[in-house]
Amino acid sequence: MKVSIIQFPGTNCEYDTQYAFEKLGATTELVWHKETKIADDTDLVVVAGGFSYGDYLRSGAIARFSPVMQAVEAHANRGGKVLGICNGFQVLTESRLLPGALKRNEHLHFISRHHHLKIAGNENAFLNKLCRDDVVNIPIAHHDGNYYIDPDGLKALYDNDQVLLHYCDAEGNVSNPNGSVDAIAGVCNAAKNVFGLMPHPERAMEAILGSADGKAMLEGFFAS
Amino acid sequence: MKAIVNVFLKQGVLDSQGKAVHHALDSLKFDGVNDVRVGKQIVLDLSAADEASAKAEVTEMCESLLANTVIEDYAIEIVS
Repeated sequence: MKVSIIQFPGTNCEYDTQYAFEKLGATTELVWHKETKIADDTDLVVVAGGFSYGDYLRSGAIARFSPVMQAVEAHANRGGKVLGICNGFQVLTESRLLPGALKRNEHLHFISRHHHLKIAGNENAFLNKLCRDDVVNIPIAHHDGNYYIDPDGLKALYDNDQVLLHYCDAEGNVSNPNGSVDAIAGVCNAAKNVFGLMPHPERAMEAILGSADGKAMLEGFFAS
Repeated sequence: MKAIVNVFLKQGVLDSQGKAVHHALDSLKFDGVNDVRVGKQIVLDLSAADEASAKAEVTEMCESLLANTVIEDYAIEIVS
């Protein structure tokens, strides 16, 4: 599998993402945001986490207009898989490749800690190695992770099984760290080839890091 | 020509910063505040020929970059 990882000025999770996918057996390539193309044989584009353009104006707002994003949009529009992690999720909502938007955390604090997540949708190319209602333990690190979508949009997400993850506690009960609508931590697009989440599975690849649950998540992309 | 753009979260979208400021004003005993909204102001210096073209141009800027219309409203004021 070939994974192209996008780097903007301010991206800081590209090497963790590269490590994670190479550990799972993928070939990876870092793609600087000034590039106008991504490799033709790319199976998955990952928009990595960080603080693109210093989060000026809004998180992901300026990154969305970097040259490489046209190639990412073209890849997505022809059915190619795209994953946005944290700031990457914000970039994908700003690009309208994913529905909704990310607001400042409800309590206005930057949150950096492990948090549990409950799998809400597994019939997709990302979370197919997990079962519905499985609970995983994954780090979160964000200031603007408060997912918002209007009530009609929310209904459409549920009707089409586009909600991927809810924040929860170790027992799977709702526990919302940032004020997200319905404690949503990740969603996909209607065609189920574009995925976004605020938590960082690439930082949970081995037990020594506190959790290896990220492996079970990212492995989904390796199923045919 | 100058354009002043004010961007605020839409009514109905919870403004956490506004709530926090409101709460702080309350604790300072400013009792007469019904609501607080915190937004941002963007001031643009433009070379547009006239007010109408300036407004059209800034509207396009707001729709594409300056505001996220999923969650935000914007208001444009042209000042010469």
